[in-house]
Amino acid sequence: MENLIGLLVVAPLLGAALLLCGGRRLDKSGHWIGTLLAAASFVIGVVLFADMLGRDGEQRALHTTVFSWVPVGGFQADVGFQLDQLSMTFVLLITGVGTLIHLYSVGYMEHDEKKRRFFGYLNLFLAAMLLLVVADNYLLLYVGWEGVGLASYLLIGFWQHKPSAATAAKKAFIVNRVGDVGLSIAIMLMFTTFGTFAFGPVLESAGDAGEGKLTAVALLLLLAACGKSAQVPLQSWLGDAMEGPTPVSALIHAATMVTAGVYLITRSGSIFNGAPDAQLAVVTVGAVTLLFGAIVGCAKDDIKKALAGSTMSQIGYMILAAGLGPIGYVFAIMHLVTHGFFKAGLFLGAGSVMHGMNDEVDMRRYGGLRKYMPVTFVTFGLGYLAIIGFPGLSGFFSKDKIIEAAFAKGGTEGWILGGAALLGAAITAYYMTRVMIMTFFGEKRWQPDAEGNAPHPHESPRTMTIPMVVLAFGSVFAGGLFSVNDAFLKWLEPVTGHSHGNSPVSALTVTAATVVVLVVGVALAWFQYGRRPVPATAPRGSLLTRAARRDLLQDDFNHVVLVRGGEHLTRSLVYVDHSLVDGVVNGTAASVGGLSGRIAKLQNGYARSYAVSMFGGAAVLIVATLLMRAV
Amino acid sequence: MSHAASVHSLWTLAADPPREIPAPHIEYAQLAPTLIVLGGAVLGILVEAFLPRRARYHAQLLLSVVGLAAAFAAVVALAAGGHAGEKARIAAMGAVAVDGPALFLQGTILLVSLIAVFTFAERRLDPAAHGNRVDSFAAQGSAVPGGEAEQAAVKAGFTTTEVFPLALFAVGGMLVFPAANDLLTLFVALEVFSLPLYVLCALARRQRLLSQESAVKYFLLGAFSSAFLLFGVALLYGYAGTVTYSGIAEVVSGTTRTVDPALASTMGNDALLLIGGALVLMGLLFKVGAVPFHMWTPDVYQGAPTPVTGFMAAATKIAGFGALLRLLYVVLPGMRWDWRPVMWGVAIVTMLLGAIVAVTQTDVKRLLAYSSIAHAGFILAGVIAASPDGVSSVLFYLAAYSFVTLGAFSVVTLVRDAGGEATHLSKWAGLGRRSPLVAAVFAVFLLAFAGIPLTSGFAGKFAVFKAAAQGGAGTLVIVGVLSSAIAAFFYIRVIVLMFFSEPKADGPTVAVPSALTSTAIAVGVAVTVVLGVAPQYFLDLAGQAGTFVR
Repeated sequence: MENLIGLLVVAPLLGAALLLCGGRRLDKSGHWIGTLLAAASFVIGVVLFADMLGRDGEQRALHTTVFSWVPVGGFQADVGFQLDQLSMTFVLLITGVGTLIHLYSVGYMEHDEKKRRFFGYLNLFLAAMLLLVVADNYLLLYVGWEGVGLASYLLIGFWQHKPSAATAAKKAFIVNRVGDVGLSIAIMLMFTTFGTFAFGPVLESAGDAGEGKLTAVALLLLLAACGKSAQVPLQSWLGDAMEGPTPVSALIHAATMVTAGVYLITRSGSIFNGAPDAQLAVVTVGAVTLLFGAIVGCAKDDIKKALAGSTMSQIGYMILAAGLGPIGYVFAIMHLVTHGFFKAGLFLGAGSVMHGMNDEVDMRRYGGLRKYMPVTFVTFGLGYLAIIGFPGLSGFFSKDKIIEAAFAKGGTEGWILGGAALLGAAITAYYMTRVMIMTFFGEKRWQPDAEGNAPHPHESPRTMTIPMVVLAFGSVFAGGLFSVNDAFLKWLEPVTGHSHGNSPVSALTVTAATVVVLVVGVALAWFQYGRRPVPATAPRGSLLTRAARRDLLQDDFNHVVLVRGGEHLTRSLVYVDHSLVDGVVNGTAASVGGLSGRIAKLQNGYARSYAVSMFGGAAVLIVATLLMRAV
Repeated sequence: MSHAASVHSLWTLAADPPREIPAPHIEYAQLAPTLIVLGGAVLGILVEAFLPRRARYHAQLLLSVVGLAAAFAAVVALAAGGHAGEKARIAAMGAVAVDGPALFLQGTILLVSLIAVFTFAERRLDPAAHGNRVDSFAAQGSAVPGGEAEQAAVKAGFTTTEVFPLALFAVGGMLVFPAANDLLTLFVALEVFSLPLYVLCALARRQRLLSQESAVKYFLLGAFSSAFLLFGVALLYGYAGTVTYSGIAEVVSGTTRTVDPALASTMGNDALLLIGGALVLMGLLFKVGAVPFHMWTPDVYQGAPTPVTGFMAAATKIAGFGALLRLLYVVLPGMRWDWRPVMWGVAIVTMLLGAIVAVTQTDVKRLLAYSSIAHAGFILAGVIAASPDGVSSVLFYLAAYSFVTLGAFSVVTLVRDAGGEATHLSKWAGLGRRSPLVAAVFAVFLLAFAGIPLTSGFAGKFAVFKAAAQGGAGTLVIVGVLSSAIAAFFYIRVIVLMFFSEPKADGPTVAVPSALTSTAIAVGVAVTVVLGVAPQYFLDLAGQAGTFVR
């Protein structure tokens, strides 16, 4: 069984290699090869899952060391895999949703010339993401971490002929680098503290390290998580990342990669448990981001950017839960899985709408689409109900638990976090209802595109609708299934641990409050967008709206503080570089070059002078040997 | 009277039954790899003599491949049979050692040679002459370049299929060289593999004068260094009264006290030991191309037919370092404090000079020649470690380096213009735009030469430097890393040239090779990547093979 874990990663990696190196021969069949290998990985995942269920809670983890890469003294860098319940959850989510989105892309990318390369990148992403979650040490995790970053960069910029896409890809990459530096330093710190990278020894002995060190490591891990999961203050790339093809937004920038930060924090639970200050930072980041994303989501007219704001906000919930410690880990992951279903479904729905509307993304030019795209409408609608936490659907179960857990944190903190989470739920209901109404209800506000083609909305092909239907099932039932008998809690508890905390408010009260804010949010949106016609051009709006449209001025802030500051720093460094460093480097290079030319002159092509040099060399060798003895 | 007596004694001596000459005892099974290869070479000569011209190419190719593969199988069988470990013996009356390092090096030499034979047999690259497919070798070695005889030979479709048996003879000598356990066997093996190489160097189809010049230089300097080596052997015999490694080692360590009366005045004279040792060392350093005995390398590498250069650069280095290791570890461990400082100096000069001079080279074959000099320095650093780790790191480095070298020279054969191979670096500009795959493959080899992680070059360099540092040669490691930095400059410069320069309008084309060269290059890439990503298994293998039998 252990050997299968490696295969999990190898299958999509093979796909990536085939598709990226295979050349034009595979243009016709490439997308199916990619999809099949993703599906193969999913099947392997299911086999491993079935095998895991056959064992008891504590014995479920599988572990295997494939080989050791350059062991040097105390430095042991192993390529090893670990598959426990936490990794398993991710494996099923990544391969399951991943396969569906491969299938969807077959239809969505049908007319794209670079289709083969697209599927190659998707497979590369799957391989890297799977490596990230099945690695048994932080160094290998880092390989996967960088791998998904690369795949994300390649896919955001997939339509690189658009300058906006190329810029967005670059932005995502650079912002992510900031987080990656955090992770790499965290790994180095870990190595100096624990003498190893492996999860087992690091996490077991985390308690022995001082709190100061743990806090430092934990804050650096948080920085990494902020980058990959688009949390404040490294959130600015996610909105722009929507320049990528929609399946990419669904798979990478909603369902899987952006949740890697949550995985990292949950996986490193015992480090965070020993660093309460870092945990406070985590919950703060989570709470701020969940409100930030939600507010941005309210103001966007671009359907994908509205959903991106929502993703940011939902991951905020997860980070918040993960920051709560053992009270929250399980619920963070549970929300992550249910979110994986409904957010992927929503994005695929958005893609389907765009597909039928000549790639229009402005919701003010949609309207009344429910009659024209019934399947999209129903699946999108179910995803909508799930994300706002409609009682009985997936999102309700997972989000409600997080809000409860936030209150259970206790003290003023608990009230603040719980309040923020509740407020977030209300805003979520508001902006998602807004998206729903502007897209599918009201009168038609369609406009011809730049080339004058009037849109003819139509339902998408089967390859696109089937994944949407499957994901809709997940959006509806996953949460309920997880909550029967606390099934998910019992599944993950052996890995993450769990404690109930003591909530100042009863679970029932929280649930009631959640439902109340939900109704308020939906009603507000209905009054604003359902009752009145939606203007085809956006009104000026209040100061907050205008700020939210500009992503709450994130880019302006970054520009003024980081870019300007960075430019000044660069200029001064360039000065030093030119005058000092280059002087030394060029001087060295010139002297090496000069020396090289002079020595090369000895190589004059005459065998006689070569012989003389050999003779001289022999003489020196002998004299030196004799001298050594004499000395 | 006295006269009569002496005559009588002569008579009686003649009448005595002759003293029994003991028949030498030869362990044929343990010498099988060498015997198979040399047998193949002899058969190859017969093929030349008796088979019609048409059939020779295929017969020779088949014979060489089968012979080398069978010899490799024999090496594997010996290693599996425990001859690399507990059953390691000195065979053939003390002349040849069959032990871990010998088998490891022989196996590597055989694999490398097998791949090299593929490149020898390549017939797709040069355009066909008068409807005959031609390889890299002259139509008729004896014909005067540019003369009528040569034109006639070309027209008649002659090819020099003798290169295959010549290569096999060379391989046979190389197999014995690192296993030689006495100085005479060492010398004979040296000549057995050098002479065919001199001839091979002279056989280039294009630029025949350059090729012949390189062969003559190689021959003259090789003869010169052989003379030094032989003189060293004589001095060591004078010192120890024997030429076997173990015998000399015993005299060095002082365990042998019996003095041969004929050598009473010289035996145990340390001056003889030191001078003789230095001269023998010099002969070996010449073969591996260490400074200041390196001068032949660039000229010969440039002039020889490129497949021969690849073969020579890879296999000679393995054999030479193998012999060097055995000499230093078996014969001279007792005088470690005498040879180490000298070798330090040689290693430092070799690393630095190779790297520095390569910086200004403009011909890719000369560049690779200087790079091979620098690498000889890196390997010497491992040799100097004087520890089991040092031995195994050198073994690993040799295996890694030889495949990279062979692959790199194979790529060089592909880039051609009207005059044959386009070896001037300026012609390589923009190659990455025109032939991305070939350029990418060459880039992989260059990165491996530079020792970038995830290539075999990194793993090898790391192992060697680690062993050197543990052996107390910290300075050497620092110099090594510095020269690696210099070397990285010119390797990366070629990559930059290939990928970031505009292609020239009249630039060279990349010939599409047959499966033979493709296999050679593919194997090179595969070994480079596998040894880089997962070196541990092979490091372990080299580690197990790191003990010399005494």
